[in-house]
Amino acid sequence: MGEVEVYLVSGVLIFVVCAYALVVHAHLIRKVLALNIMGSGIFLLFTAIARRTDTPDPVPHAMVLTGIVVAVSATAFALALVRKLHQATGRPYLPEEPDRSPRPPKETRRNPERG
Amino acid sequence: MSFPTLLPLLIILCSSGVSFAILFLGDDRSRLRTTLYLGGEVLKLALVLVMLRGIYLGDDYELRIPLLPGIDFLLKANTLSMLFLVLSAGLWLVTTVYSIGYLRGKPHQSRFFAFFGFSVSATAGIALAGNLFTFFIFFELLTLATYPLIVHRDTPEAMRVGRLYLVYTLSGGVVLLAGAVAMQLVAGSVEFTAGGAIDGSEANNAVLVVIFFLLIAGLAVKNAFVPVHGWLPQAMVAPTPVSALLHGVAVVKAGAFGIVRVVYEVYGIDLAQSLGVLFPITVIASITILYGSLMAVRQDELKKRLAYSTVSQVSYIALGISLFGLIGAIGGVVHLVHQGVMKVTLFLCAGAVAETLGIKHISRMNGVGRRMPWTMGAFALASFGMIGLPPLAGFVSKWHLGLGAMEAGQGWVIAVLIGSTILNAAYFLPIIYRAFFLEPTEEAARQPKKSRFEADWLMLIPILTVALLSLLVGVLAGSSVSPLGWAELIAQQEWNYDVDR
Amino acid sequence: MAAPGTSLAILLPVLLPLVGATVAFLAGGASLKTGRRVQVGTGLLTAAGVLGSVVLLWSVVAAEGPVSYQLAGWEVPVGIALRADGLSVLMLLTTALVGGFGSIYAVGYFSSNNEDRRTGREVEGFRDPGRSFWPLWLFLWAALNGLFLSGDAFNLYVTLELLGLSAAALISLGGTGSALAAGMRYLMVSLLGSLAYLLGVALLYGAFGVLDISLLGENASSVPATWAALAFISLGMALKTGLFPLHFWLPSAYSASPSVASALLAALVGKASFYILLRLWFDVFEGSVPAVSGQLLGAFGAVAILWGAIMAVRQRRLKLLLAYSSVSQIGYLFLVFALVTGGGRGFDAWAGASYLVLAHASAKAAMFMAAGAIIFALGHDDIDRLRGIAQKLPIPVASFAIAGITIMGLPTSGGFTAKWLLLSSSLSSGQWWYGGVILAGGVLAAVYLLRFLNPALIQVKTSPVLRIPPKSMSVSAFMLALISLALGLVSAPLLDLLAVGAPFQPEVPGE
Repeated sequence: MGEVEVYLVSGVLIFVVCAYALVVHAHLIRKVLALNIMGSGIFLLFTAIARRTDTPDPVPHAMVLTGIVVAVSATAFALALVRKLHQATGRPYLPEEPDRSPRPPKETRRNPERG
Repeated sequence: MSFPTLLPLLIILCSSGVSFAILFLGDDRSRLRTTLYLGGEVLKLALVLVMLRGIYLGDDYELRIPLLPGIDFLLKANTLSMLFLVLSAGLWLVTTVYSIGYLRGKPHQSRFFAFFGFSVSATAGIALAGNLFTFFIFFELLTLATYPLIVHRDTPEAMRVGRLYLVYTLSGGVVLLAGAVAMQLVAGSVEFTAGGAIDGSEANNAVLVVIFFLLIAGLAVKNAFVPVHGWLPQAMVAPTPVSALLHGVAVVKAGAFGIVRVVYEVYGIDLAQSLGVLFPITVIASITILYGSLMAVRQDELKKRLAYSTVSQVSYIALGISLFGLIGAIGGVVHLVHQGVMKVTLFLCAGAVAETLGIKHISRMNGVGRRMPWTMGAFALASFGMIGLPPLAGFVSKWHLGLGAMEAGQGWVIAVLIGSTILNAAYFLPIIYRAFFLEPTEEAARQPKKSRFEADWLMLIPILTVALLSLLVGVLAGSSVSPLGWAELIAQQEWNYDVDR
Repeated sequence: MAAPGTSLAILLPVLLPLVGATVAFLAGGASLKTGRRVQVGTGLLTAAGVLGSVVLLWSVVAAEGPVSYQLAGWEVPVGIALRADGLSVLMLLTTALVGGFGSIYAVGYFSSNNEDRRTGREVEGFRDPGRSFWPLWLFLWAALNGLFLSGDAFNLYVTLELLGLSAAALISLGGTGSALAAGMRYLMVSLLGSLAYLLGVALLYGAFGVLDISLLGENASSVPATWAALAFISLGMALKTGLFPLHFWLPSAYSASPSVASALLAALVGKASFYILLRLWFDVFEGSVPAVSGQLLGAFGAVAILWGAIMAVRQRRLKLLLAYSSVSQIGYLFLVFALVTGGGRGFDAWAGASYLVLAHASAKAAMFMAAGAIIFALGHDDIDRLRGIAQKLPIPVASFAIAGITIMGLPTSGGFTAKWLLLSSSLSSGQWWYGGVILAGGVLAAVYLLRFLNPALIQVKTSPVLRIPPKSMSVSAFMLALISLALGLVSAPLLDLLAVGAPFQPEVPGE
């Protein structure tokens, strides 16, 4: 496996691991972080793709730059939303489908990292 | 676009145009509403008569608008369309006059008359549809337009029945849609053509048979074939003019008319015969005729009895069509008109009795004939017609059906006709007997007179008109302007039968 | 280089809302009264301008066929192209119609005096203190139009992200806990979907070295990288569109947001991701797609039709009912992949799905707007408590009923045209079971729509109405409903438009 392939494979691995993290973690900050790192995995992939030819391909670099800009704004917005949600409900979690279960969400959770 | 091109569209828009205007009128503007409405109707009737004359002289009325790739919206008049169109336009006028009397002082009149008009528009569209696609459009529009009429009383019971009605008719609609799309794929745009639009070479026989039964099954719901007739007796919760419309002109007839179109002008009677699809229809129609009559005998509520009678009587049309041969076909087609006129008479009478005396059950109808002689006279006349007493309209139908059955070599159908006639008598004669020969109950005698006549004159005049009509169509059946004459013209012009008069 | 008229027509749909959004954003800082006036004026002017430019673009595309414009004059493959063909114009038109009436609706929606605002879950008719609706909405509009005109796979990603961010902000606009939670959930889903898409784009670029969609279409071949890219892109877009079983976020997002946002979201935002799928599947992956993947998407679509409808029947709140109805309708869209890969008539399936996007967008927007007016009037949308509401709010209920004709797929609505085409394709490929699902879905739709309409039409003695919704709310709902109904009558010119630059051409049967 060449150098480029190592980056390619790790990029995809990071993506997959973080997608898993996004699903299993309930805390919203963790979810936001997971999404952020997923993006980084793809950027790594792009950077590796740019190295396929002898002279590095500039197009993936441009895409990564654009991608970073998008990721920064998305993360900032997501964090602001988490904060507002925390202010409104006092909890940094998504409620479990409030419309389907009429009972109020329980205060106690298995997840240890509350607050 | 020229006048002959636009005429079919004008006829359809006539009633829906005034209806649309009426929808936005307040309920209290009854005079303006009535003027507008009757104006629209008279105009429509005039246009229809213009067209009738044109068709008789051999003119073409055709409007074609492309709608989908390879599919046109097509309105086209031929002699068969005219039969249905004249029936619907004429009975619409009569029923409307009756409704004005019937609904006097009741709420939501604007909504009622508007959707009444939409229904009649959809019926005119069904009559004038020139291909299967256009027919389907109006067929479904009819469902939507009649729904508000069925739930008109706004009671929970009416709502329940409305839902039942929609589920039945929409299910029928989707089956018909499946058949129409399949037919489109197999044979392209299927225009109703004299002698059949397809010749059997489009696909193998099994496919054609499947499509045929999809189409018929879709139409069967509105036509109220057993076992998909359940909605029709329930739909009795609607106001009486609506029932008359449903049973005599619009919904049930749309199904029957569709069956005529499919058998004679899509497949063609010869192809249908060679595919062997006619016999199952004969059987189902016969079962429906007997079952409907049997159920009618058991009903005490007058409108329910009439409803089961419709289940039975409408299938005469399909029965005649399914008999391979000229005379049966004429019997079926002519019954389209005869049943309409007679059934409207019966319903209008039932409504007048219910409105004037508050009597809805047969067991309480003792002596009603003395109190309302004209109404019950009309009822008796139409009943005799239904039973098939010569020379009334029903006799003409049954005579042709019987001869048609012999011609088609299906002698057993005559037994069905006789059985049905006996049952007809069994459920109509007791009503007439009670009404005229039994002493009135105290309750009926105590009812105060609401009008100078035995019932509201706006209800009485339409009743006498349709009763007279149902007498005339039978007595004058021999003349060329009668429904029978017209049915023979259809058989000759459209279906290339050799009619020897 | 395209003619100046063409370049203007293709640029304006993106530029106008961008400029409008900026103006509206700046006006947000002005005093309350002036700010509002400037925002509303900008919004309505933009809506009119976009509609005009889309009609202009339509005429150009109809006359010249597909047109393209190289941004800043850089030629593909270095530069980025904007492209317009029949499908793009149809999508732009959908957006312009729904967006235009959505804007008018919003004028009434946010103007209302809302002194008696109640607590609880309802979020209707708040005053938008941050005055953020107009900038967000116009921004979202720019993103949508940009997306429909993108000729470049990476550009699609950027517009997709812009769309997701502004949509999430619109959902949470109400500021209540449930609205914020719905917005947050949608944001997560949206980001995840876009990232999956981006991964797919990376794989495609790695394999073929181009991003331009038409060049990708020429170069793409059936290799593992293509299949992986197809899988990631399809998964991401199915998630963002809300295909069963990835629809878990959809009901809360559509029902917790302010109705004006629900309408725009359900009608337009969900359709954008579907558009990407439609574009890439048939312009890029056509020929290199394994048939089984199309069948898979179609099967999920078929389940979605039934599942969504059954869930809709069981809902007790009107907006949730509508949301599940969307789940069902989205299922119809995904049938196209199975129908085409199964050998059905390509144009019928493809045009049917595209037409359904337009028909469903106008109808569902009308229904959400009607629901919004009802909530505005009553403060709730509990179906059980909406008995007799037609007496007080005839126009919203009529809009709901008319739009329902499209949802049921009955003539003469746009939904009928779409379903006829889909049905024709399913029967022509012998996949009659999809036809059965299409038909069954129509009947089920009648059942769930009647759950609201039946009681709504009943006569009751008194029905408590807090306040009468502004005319602009009722009227725009009604107009959109009428449009959805009329779409069945004008399908011929619109299908002609769709055929411009389409991957399939119509076959006229029986000739």
